[in-house]
Parts: sequence; structure tokens; C-alpha cells
Amino acid sequence: MSAHLQACAALLRRDLRGAARRPGDVATPLFFFVVVSALFPLAIGPELGTLRLIGPGIVWVGALLSSILAMHRLFAADLADGSLEQLALSPTPLGLLVAAKVLAHWLLSGAPLVLVAPLIAVQFDLGFDSTLVLMLVLLLGTPVLSLIGAVGAALTLGLRGAELLLCLLVLPLYIPVLVFGAGAVQAQLGGLGAHAHVSVLLALLSAAAFLCPWAGSAALRIALE
Amino acid sequence: MFWLQYAAPHRLYALAGRIYPLAFVLAIVLTLVGLYLGFWVAPADFQQGQAYRIIFIHVPASWMSMVIYVAMAFWAWLGLAFKTRVSGMMTQALAPTGALFCFLSLWTGALWGKPMWGAWWVWDARLTSELILLFLYLGYIALTRAIDDPRRADRAGAVVALVGVVNVPIIYFSVKWWNTLHQGASVSLTKSPSMAAVMLWAMLVMTLAFWAYALGMAFYRVRQTILEREHDAVWVGELKEIAP
Amino acid sequence: MNWNSWDEFWDMGGYAFFVWGSYGAVAVGMALELWLARHQRKAVLSALRLGREEAALAGELP
Repeated sequence: MSAHLQACAALLRRDLRGAARRPGDVATPLFFFVVVSALFPLAIGPELGTLRLIGPGIVWVGALLSSILAMHRLFAADLADGSLEQLALSPTPLGLLVAAKVLAHWLLSGAPLVLVAPLIAVQFDLGFDSTLVLMLVLLLGTPVLSLIGAVGAALTLGLRGAELLLCLLVLPLYIPVLVFGAGAVQAQLGGLGAHAHVSVLLALLSAAAFLCPWAGSAALRIALE
Repeated sequence: MFWLQYAAPHRLYALAGRIYPLAFVLAIVLTLVGLYLGFWVAPADFQQGQAYRIIFIHVPASWMSMVIYVAMAFWAWLGLAFKTRVSGMMTQALAPTGALFCFLSLWTGALWGKPMWGAWWVWDARLTSELILLFLYLGYIALTRAIDDPRRADRAGAVVALVGVVNVPIIYFSVKWWNTLHQGASVSLTKSPSMAAVMLWAMLVMTLAFWAYALGMAFYRVRQTILEREHDAVWVGELKEIAP
Repeated sequence: MNWNSWDEFWDMGGYAFFVWGSYGAVAVGMALELWLARHQRKAVLSALRLGREEAALAGELP
């Protein structure tokens, strides 16, 4: 068992070190998130009441898009240098290794979003409580985005036009996270409390954490044949 | 295990060839009966006048778009579990009709919504879920078209279909929640406190007509897939369509 | 019977555009699908016939 965990830890370390060598890969989606969030007030108008209404939705759509920006690259580098086949052949269950890669992806794309969220919340005048809720639901929801995206990345591995195909496949599946993530902040803003939304997000996270590594490994094996 | 013999492509080719003409004839007969019931027997609606008659194609298109997706998921599961080649072919053969019905459901829904509720589109839970279902269909079709290797296309498509079928209830639930939170009283396109029995019958007959049409299209299309993939086989060369 | 004349039928109580726009779309969609499927069948069959002729010319057929 510990051998498997060591393999996963090694994979995680490798991915994080690789990302450290290419900081642009991490910074670009983050800047995209910040810039897009700033564009909407410019397009819609400075009235804070309106911005508070649309803010949660915009933050979440930005999170979806920036999560999916680099998703197609999740397995591409490993495919190119042959290490993907090695991973598939290793005694460690492929699902565990996929989970390790998803964790790396989330640490590099989702976690920074959670940390930057207060900045965006200020732009939309969300208030302290709602900002906390926003950070919480981003913390719960962005891993789900990485998990679902990984299945899409495995299915479209090596295909022409994989980036767009990935978006088409995965964005509809993101919708429940979007609805409950944005809904949570809106509920908090409306004074209703976000408990129900957070519970649903927890359920989605549990389900995705259980099912997506397995589906992703099946999809990888299909792509590698 | 009588059905197992049809896992062989050349047997399915022959069976499909016998089924699809019957399915199309059935579709035509059911359509004539359904439209007669819907236009000449069913009276005008008290509130909606004659415009409500759109339901005789809107509801069948919606229901069948969902049934076809479930059927695709069934064949997908069959193919992944038993590794039968024809299962993936059937999944692919069903997809275009399902996508068409999905689109028609949205189109007819818009044409019904405009005179009834004044808007071409309403974000009611069912229409929104139907829109997302269309995206799922298009994603499946795009992925299977993008993969050159037929076996990989079948199996990747199967994963997409299964992931989709699991997600459709989740998405529907999310959209319903989102809809009731934001809209208060939701407009329901099919909620009718008491629908005259003949209206229900007409709807049912038309649904069966759409089902028969989908069956015919799927069996017709799968024959071409079989021919393309089995083009080297001896039985293909001996078909009278090819070697007269 | 619901309709006193054909004119009444086509008019659909003033909703002609919406009702016939719907039924028309269904008819067009299905016709298109059928035509595309037939077209695909013809293409596949002619490609296979061509393949067979070439194989016969190359002497591969028994």
C-alpha cells in the first residue's frame, strides 16, 4: 500500500517540479481569471447592486474557463515522452496515479483561484461573509472541475482539435458545480445561508473523487491501445 | 442466448435490413393515426387555442431524445462489458437521430413558447436540460468523428455516453433547483391540470411513431457502419449490392 | 370534426406560423436525415464496388 502512495507522491512531485520550470502555465490561467472578472464590470456598468447580483456567476464562469484552459495538457506531456505507458504498466493502480495528477493540476490551477477570490470579491462588493462562502465553494468545487476535466483530457488524448473537443465534452458536465457554486454565494448574499448548496457540493466532490479517477484510467487505457 | 448470434456483424447486417423497412412503415402508420387524432379528433384547448397542437411533436421529440440517449448508454455499457464490436456501432447509429430530436424539441418548444408566454426561450428546467442534452449529444458525435481508429472511437464514445447518462439526472436536478430558486412559479410547458384523454392518446401515438422512426434510422445507418468496417470480409464481397 | 374548411385548418386559429413552423421543421429535419443516410449508403456501396473491381483487375478475386 505504501509503495503505491510513494509512487503517487513521486508523480505529484514530478508534476509540480515540471510546473515550477514553466511558471507561465500556472500564471496564465490565473491572470485570465482575474482579467475576465474585471472585464464584466466594464461591460455592464459600475452600479454595485448589479455587480453584486452577477458577481458570483461571473467568478464561477471564469473559474470554469480557466480550469479548462490547460486541461488538455494534463496527460499530453506524459504521452509525448512515453512515461504514460510506463504509468499504465506500473503495479500501482492507474486510478491512483490519475488522482495524483489531478491533485497536481488542482494545486496549480484551482488552489490559486481560491486564494485570489477575495480580490475578485472586492471588485463585486460581495461583503465579508459572502467572500468566505465564495472561497469555500471554490475550494470544494474546483477539485471537481479538475476531476471531471481529467476524464475529458484522457478521452481526447492526442486527437486533433483536442482543446475544443475537451471544452465541448466537459463544460456541460461542469454545470451542476456552476449552479450550486454560484447559488451558494447568491444564497449567502440573499441572507438565506449556503448550507444546502455546500452540502450538495460536498456530495459532488465525494462522488467525483471516487468515480473520476476510475473513469479517467479507463479512458487512458482506451487512448493508449 | 438467441440474441448473441446478432453480435456477428454480418448477421446484424441482415437483421437490420429486415427491420428498418418495417420500422419506417410502422412510423408512417402511427404518424397518420396520431396526427388524425391530434388535429381532427382532439378539440382546441380552452386557453391555448390551436397553438397547443405543437405538443404532438414537441413532447414526443423531448421524450425520445432522452430515451435514445439511455439506449445509447445501454449499448455503450454492453460494448464495454462484453467487448462486442456491434454495440459501439449501434451507439453511433443512434446518436444523430437523438441529436435531431433534441434540436427539434428546442425548436418546437421555442415556437410554442412565443405565442404562449411571449418569449422565444424560457429558462424552464426542462428546456434548459434539453439544451444541455443537445450539448452532450454534440460532444459524443464530435468525439467519435475525431477519432480515426474505429475501436477507440467506439470505446471512448461509450465512456462519454455512460458519463453523460449518469450526469443527466444530476444536471436536471441542478437546473430544477436553479430554476425554482430564481423564478418562483416555474412555467411548465406540459403541465396541464386536466388534459383531454384524446390529447394524451395522440401524444402517445406520436411518441411511438417517433420511436419507430428512430429505430428505422438506427438500423438503416448501422448497416453502412458494418460495411465500412468489415469491407475486407468475404461476406461483404458477396453481397448482391456489391457483386451483382 | 374540428375544421369547417381547409382555410380554417391552415390558419390554425391565427397560430399558423408557430404550428406549421414546428411541423415543418420536424418534416424538414427527418427528410434531411433520411436523405443524408441514403447518400451515405450510396457512397459506401460505390466505394466498395470500386474496391472490388480493383481487386478483380489485380487478380485477387477467386
